[in-house]
Amino acid sequence: MKSQRLAQWFSKSWLTAGYLFLYLPIVALVIYSFNDSPLPNVWRGFTLKWYAQLAHDEELLRGLWLSLKIAFMTACGSVVLGTFAAFALVKYKRFFGRTLFSGMVNAPLVMPEVVVGLSLLLMLVSVQRALGFPERGMATIWLGHLLLGMAYAAVIVQSRLQDLNPQLEEAAMDLGARPHQVFWLVTLPMIAQSLVSAWLLTFTISLDDVVLSAFLSGPGSTTLPLVIFSRARLGLNPSVNAVATLTIVVVSIGVIAASYLIARAERQRQRDMAAANRA
Amino acid sequence: MQHLRTIFTGRGLVIAVPFLFLLLFFLAPFFIVGKISVSEMETVTFKDLITVKDGVLTLALKFSHYVFITEDALYVKTYWASLKYAAATTVLCLAIGYPFAYFMARARPTAQPALLMLVMLPFWTSFLLRVYAWRGLLSEGGWVAGLINGLGLDQLLLAAGLISAPGQLMHTPFSLVLGMTYTYLPFMILPLYGNLAKMDLRLLEAAADLGATPWVAFWKVTVPLSKAGIIAGSMLVFIPCVGEFVIPELLGGPETLMIGRVLWDEFFSNNDWPMASAVAVVMVLLIILPLALFNKYQAESQEARP
Repeated sequence: MKSQRLAQWFSKSWLTAGYLFLYLPIVALVIYSFNDSPLPNVWRGFTLKWYAQLAHDEELLRGLWLSLKIAFMTACGSVVLGTFAAFALVKYKRFFGRTLFSGMVNAPLVMPEVVVGLSLLLMLVSVQRALGFPERGMATIWLGHLLLGMAYAAVIVQSRLQDLNPQLEEAAMDLGARPHQVFWLVTLPMIAQSLVSAWLLTFTISLDDVVLSAFLSGPGSTTLPLVIFSRARLGLNPSVNAVATLTIVVVSIGVIAASYLIARAERQRQRDMAAANRA
Repeated sequence: MQHLRTIFTGRGLVIAVPFLFLLLFFLAPFFIVGKISVSEMETVTFKDLITVKDGVLTLALKFSHYVFITEDALYVKTYWASLKYAAATTVLCLAIGYPFAYFMARARPTAQPALLMLVMLPFWTSFLLRVYAWRGLLSEGGWVAGLINGLGLDQLLLAAGLISAPGQLMHTPFSLVLGMTYTYLPFMILPLYGNLAKMDLRLLEAAADLGATPWVAFWKVTVPLSKAGIIAGSMLVFIPCVGEFVIPELLGGPETLMIGRVLWDEFFSNNDWPMASAVAVVMVLLIILPLALFNKYQAESQEARP
């Protein structure tokens, strides 16, 4: 009995220490964004001046606007492409080049970003030399982010599709639904939750990316992470803390709201299923 | 004709769209990098490999970049250091992450969604800013630096050769590996948790019935059964770490040169595209085995479900 309590205690402390490790930097960022002293690690009282300065920081605001636009387009494009890829891998077990395809879908998850960024850029340069376009800028950054986002979206949607009961789709088909009706009325509502998660995750991945953006950006297309990165390289900067805190607040609200809505929809679905089973 | 028709059906479209996208923007660029890595650099751009002059077709391949990489002590050292730091990070992530995922998977079932959410949540806050925050925590007067130096742990790190002066934690192998471990820990925890949560606990009861102590059962049953999770998690940490750029740039120092930074400098500072390409090709060759391993287990874990 005593050893079991010891094991319990050990497991709880390990988890607590792990979460502390994961959240420590986030807590530190938030607290020091209210620090009056421009020096890091010297607490001189509470202030909101870094937030006030943000409103006049042209470079940062321009970067933020560009990043939000790219992130929105990336999230939408990634979810569509990722869902296509996930369907291809889950529904069709045999087609020409399937091994290559599944390798290419997964590889961007781990491939060092410097390699992906460099190769994509060199290709775009070669194309530009031959055809005269595309110019480097928003569109090329979007292309790079799409490659990364698609891989993440595919993994998320794939694991959801894997868990689906295929009999539901078969039942719909037996009842006379056409393939596109099965997709829109049966499959899509059941994977909606994973599509939302994939959208949110790819949005943040794009909003956060430094390396691909650095390779693929052109003059005048400096995204927010590039601005932050160039400042962070030079040293600690309280305005960066303020930006960080604002993003943390926005993201937390978004994630909490999304998971609340997802949980509610899931409960509703469970109730419907239970009702259907009773009937 | 039949082929054309199938492509325009739903099935063909679902496969063809992402397939073509990846072939065009993921695979083709690698061949271009390979081509440029053996090209001659001219003042602003690189020469074509094949030229036709006076009706004579010439093919010019330049392998000097590769020769340079394998012979230059700095390059060899940098590749070696990248592999070393990535391996150290992987081992640390596994040592912290395996017990973490195990305890998560064995926690009360009602608590598990919340525990999982708490691991995912940092993903949604900027990775760049979280790495940046470690600079504050580890620099002089920072919370973590204060704790480590207060406990005298810096002497231990100094003895291990991870820092070069007592109390100086930033820009050392220590801060680099800490930052990478911090960043990649969730990538280790998530596949391990997915694997351990699915495990059939009756196997442990069977082991106990056959006389195994919990400790023996853990090593003989749980760990072998979680092999796929261990490999997937380790590759998810190891491969990107080899080519990591942001973390070495923000937390590393002059002595912790990593290959991602070298590639970056060759490209952005020296403007030597063929050299940067050769560096990238060698990096891909180094990670090709782990990559194949990752793809195999990733595909298996996605497909071996009920």
